[in-house]
Amino acid sequence: MSDPLLSYEDALAAYEPVLGLEVHVELNTESKMFCGCSAEFGAAPNTHTCPVCLGLPGSMPAINGKAVESAIRMGLALNCSIAEWCRMSRKNYFYPDMPKDYQTSQYDEPIAYDGYLDIELSDGEVFRVEIERAHMEEDAGKLTHMGGATGRLHGADYSLIDYNRAGVPLIEIVTKPILGAGERAPEIARTYVEAIRDLMRALGVSDVRMNEGSLRCDANVSLKPWGRERLGTRTETKNINSFRSIESAVRYEIQRQAAVLSGGGTIQQCTRNWLEHIGETSFGRSKEEAEDYRYFPEPDLVPIAPSREWVEELRATLPENPGLRRNRLQEVWSFSDAEMRDVVNADALDLVEATVAAGCAAPAARKWWTAELSRRANEAGIGLDEVGVTPVQVAAVQALVEAGTINDKLARQVFDGVIAGEGEPAEVVTRRGLAVVSDDGALGDAVQKAIAANPDVADKIRAGRVQAAGALIGAVMKEMRGQADAGRVREIILEQLS
Amino acid sequence: MALSPDEVARLAQLARIDLSAEELAHLAPQLDVILESVARVADVATADVTPTSHPVPMTNVFRTDAVAESLPPAEVLAMAPDHEDGRFRVPRILGEEQ
Amino acid sequence: MDITRSTAADLAASIAAGEVSSVEVTRAHLDRIGAVDDKVHAFLSVDEDGALAQAAAVDARIAAGEQVGPLAGVPLALKDVLTQRGVPTTAGSRILEGWRPPYDATVTRRLLEAGVVILGKTNMDEFAMGSSTENSAYGPTYNPWDLSRVPGGSGGGSAAALAAFEAPLAIGTDTGGSIRQPAAFTGTVGVKPTYGGVSRYGQIALASSLDQPGPCARTVLDTALLHEVIGGHDPKDQTSLAAPVPAVVEAARHGDVKGLRIGVVRELGGEGYAPEAEANFHATVERLASLGAEVVEVSCPNFEYALAAYYLILPSEASSNLARFDAMRYGLRVGDDGTRSTEQVMALSREAGFGAEVKRRIIIGTYALSAGYRDAYYGSAQKVRTLVQQDFTAAFAKADVLVSPTTPTAAFGIGERLDDPMAMYLNDLCTIPTNLAGNSAASFPSGLTSDGLPLGFHVMAPHLADDRLYLVGAALERSLQDSWGGPLLDRVADLTAPATTATEVAR
Ligand SMILES: [Mg+2]
Ligand SMILES: [Zn+2]
Repeated sequence: MSDPLLSYEDALAAYEPVLGLEVHVELNTESKMFCGCSAEFGAAPNTHTCPVCLGLPGSMPAINGKAVESAIRMGLALNCSIAEWCRMSRKNYFYPDMPKDYQTSQYDEPIAYDGYLDIELSDGEVFRVEIERAHMEEDAGKLTHMGGATGRLHGADYSLIDYNRAGVPLIEIVTKPILGAGERAPEIARTYVEAIRDLMRALGVSDVRMNEGSLRCDANVSLKPWGRERLGTRTETKNINSFRSIESAVRYEIQRQAAVLSGGGTIQQCTRNWLEHIGETSFGRSKEEAEDYRYFPEPDLVPIAPSREWVEELRATLPENPGLRRNRLQEVWSFSDAEMRDVVNADALDLVEATVAAGCAAPAARKWWTAELSRRANEAGIGLDEVGVTPVQVAAVQALVEAGTINDKLARQVFDGVIAGEGEPAEVVTRRGLAVVSDDGALGDAVQKAIAANPDVADKIRAGRVQAAGALIGAVMKEMRGQADAGRVREIILEQLS
Repeated sequence: MALSPDEVARLAQLARIDLSAEELAHLAPQLDVILESVARVADVATADVTPTSHPVPMTNVFRTDAVAESLPPAEVLAMAPDHEDGRFRVPRILGEEQ
Repeated sequence: MDITRSTAADLAASIAAGEVSSVEVTRAHLDRIGAVDDKVHAFLSVDEDGALAQAAAVDARIAAGEQVGPLAGVPLALKDVLTQRGVPTTAGSRILEGWRPPYDATVTRRLLEAGVVILGKTNMDEFAMGSSTENSAYGPTYNPWDLSRVPGGSGGGSAAALAAFEAPLAIGTDTGGSIRQPAAFTGTVGVKPTYGGVSRYGQIALASSLDQPGPCARTVLDTALLHEVIGGHDPKDQTSLAAPVPAVVEAARHGDVKGLRIGVVRELGGEGYAPEAEANFHATVERLASLGAEVVEVSCPNFEYALAAYYLILPSEASSNLARFDAMRYGLRVGDDGTRSTEQVMALSREAGFGAEVKRRIIIGTYALSAGYRDAYYGSAQKVRTLVQQDFTAAFAKADVLVSPTTPTAAFGIGERLDDPMAMYLNDLCTIPTNLAGNSAASFPSGLTSDGLPLGFHVMAPHLADDRLYLVGAALERSLQDSWGGPLLDRVADLTAPATTATEVAR
């Protein structure tokens, strides 16, 4: 069943991939797009429905102003122009998950158009993705396929419909054809969708969870021989349910299409379904016969004409662009690209920023969050922000280290105590007796003991091989159960052996 | 621009109406008469005329984003031709997996 | 007092004064329905228990000394295209047989809040597509003036209920004349308010940009009182106007046309108009002139394209509005035997559930919106709409109201135009331009043909100047009643007399 694939290297040697990405973002408004039903995820089936979102005869839509506002803010954040006048339209087609058998959407008058998003790739290169449009529409209900062997649509005996999601506001963001991605096309696709997620999160307009369907991506992929102007026939891959899958699906389609083309075949315009469990796309539906959606302006809703004053008011509410913010912080903190990437990959940007704001030096804040605390979060399988230590506490621990009260190794025990609920870092140090021994008398005794136990090492040091001191330091630290300042121990050793 | 029975059949398919052959034969000439007489809108619909979609010009009518009561679930399904487990039951669906 | 012959205003006054109870009034109308509706077939369903309960509630409020509205306790016939919670609502279609909506239309809610008693749901052309009520899936309604003739449509049931004295008040909806044309055919009053003047929420949509619910009654004042009850802004209908209801009751009481400029539309007359209808129209204009109105002639050259534009816009919007009748969530489901797909069951159910005219219009609309034809058909029609609006604007600069016959002819015979869609569509020649432009209009009784059939006088007013309609209507009503020695409806056939041979044949 599996399609023949060309190796990725061979595919890229022969063909230039062209991407087109359609991202659907479900807004996190309180109520639905056209009725007062709750838009919350996860309620019992059909409990968030009413005459409007069930499409009952006689019901009429009433558009949610907050959804329009979110759409404009998203458009602005995507550097789009905002329409001075636009309408909702009806997209007519029959499907049982659509209560009215038309989707109230936008056609040739999107609320936002002609924008771009700069995304930063793993090596720090910035790639600009041009945005064609962002438009408002409504979500459909959820179908569950029953009977049959697979529980999938094909072979099912019948289906059940829950209309809770029907009418939840959606914004569809469509890119212009993305050229020049080359071999980085899969990474660009993934990074773009991640950048959309970061932007929507910063805007606070959506939960942007791929697993709950509040962020969805359809990936259009086509290939053309290098140097040719005209675009090739594209396929549209649907059902992509994770960021990793975006990358895999684009990569797969490039290899699959390349195999078809290099074998002298042609690409059929169609949708493909991403099959997560086997990591392949499969044929969906032919698009050769163009669908006839019979669009026309929605007569039940009046046109939307955002005043320029309103648009400027909304522009003033935009958060800093996540990419720009990252660049700014990297400069302020003097992090290398690799260091900054560690922070971003650990999802620690906000935490490091807050820790620095609490008085901690940036390198120390980075070190604690990306190493020690990330390890704990990973082990526990939780988010870094759920690890049980606040930025203020991290700053307090670092202050104790810098004051010489504890060392890095003791600091780990302090975090243990904080996470165990034993109090603030200073209290944990007191209760557990973790402060380093700074009494030179006690340290001197321990050094003497170590020299006596290791006469050969002592001789080497006396002979000028200072680096051999490490072995003695280790012995002393062991004797002191770690509660000593290693720097001070070294000084005392060198004093005694000079 | 006479409509053939085949074209009427295609339109009926698009509109999800399973017209009988007799109906197709009966409808096609009637539709032709209607289309012929309505086609004259093109006579005056010149490029300089802006179309009107809403009879009374209005803009920016929005609802406040507030949750209102939904229907009781029993009423949601009371009029359904078929239901199961609190959901609408429909025949098997041909076509694309969602 | 003969309860069923009284005006709504008089009934309300008597009920409020405690001279008669709402239950008695309601009972009297239910009895009348029982006596004559098998001949007229104005009602699709009668909600006897509900109506009597509503009436009892009004009586209780009055007994408790509560102040009630100007129509409290008065019965009404509701067109079956508006939802009423728990009451069968079919829109005259087989596809909705047995459907009981879980919610009230805004018009229904306002009626009930005002203490108006809803007797039942009236017959109509299926989904309001028609001009004769012959397209109802449940059989035609018969014109009380002559049972062998149609009462007009689509709101033939509401108009016939008034003319048969089954209800003093009724609600209609007007997409291209469905309130006004039946009013003309039955000698009653029907008003299409300014688009957005009455909420469409809960009206099963035919063509959303044309539809408008409105009041129907036997007198101008009753119509105005009803208009005030149902009118006004509704946040559930975002196309509804955020403006106060025009002072329609005041205008109906005032009824003076002195100095009012009345514009006769040159294009709405001549060829295709019955001589009797034209003669009656001109006599009515002269009557208004004699009452002090100033008569001018206006020209609306694009009205001649209105019918064509209408029969493109309406089916286009209707094809989309009627898509939801897909056998999935409510309504008729046919062929679900476990072997068929959703798509097949949808197509079989729609084939079985829709009548011929509905299918005709859905197909036309599907065509007019389809790729490659949209600009030529739907797009051009929307441009004609602009031109018609411009004609109105220019005409209203010269005249305060515009007038024409409501229909080119009086009521025609049942079955006469059933298989000739274009002849049927011509009924709406005079009424359609108003729906395209969204302004207000009304039909008032203006006389009888030599066959004893009513004729209607059509008055059009600018947006939100609905009060002018009532000014003209009230002046005309008073003057005509003086000439006739009573209301025109006094001359309607006695339906309780033994049936005539003609009626037998028609049945
Ligand atoms: Mg879309
Ligand atoms: Zn809802």
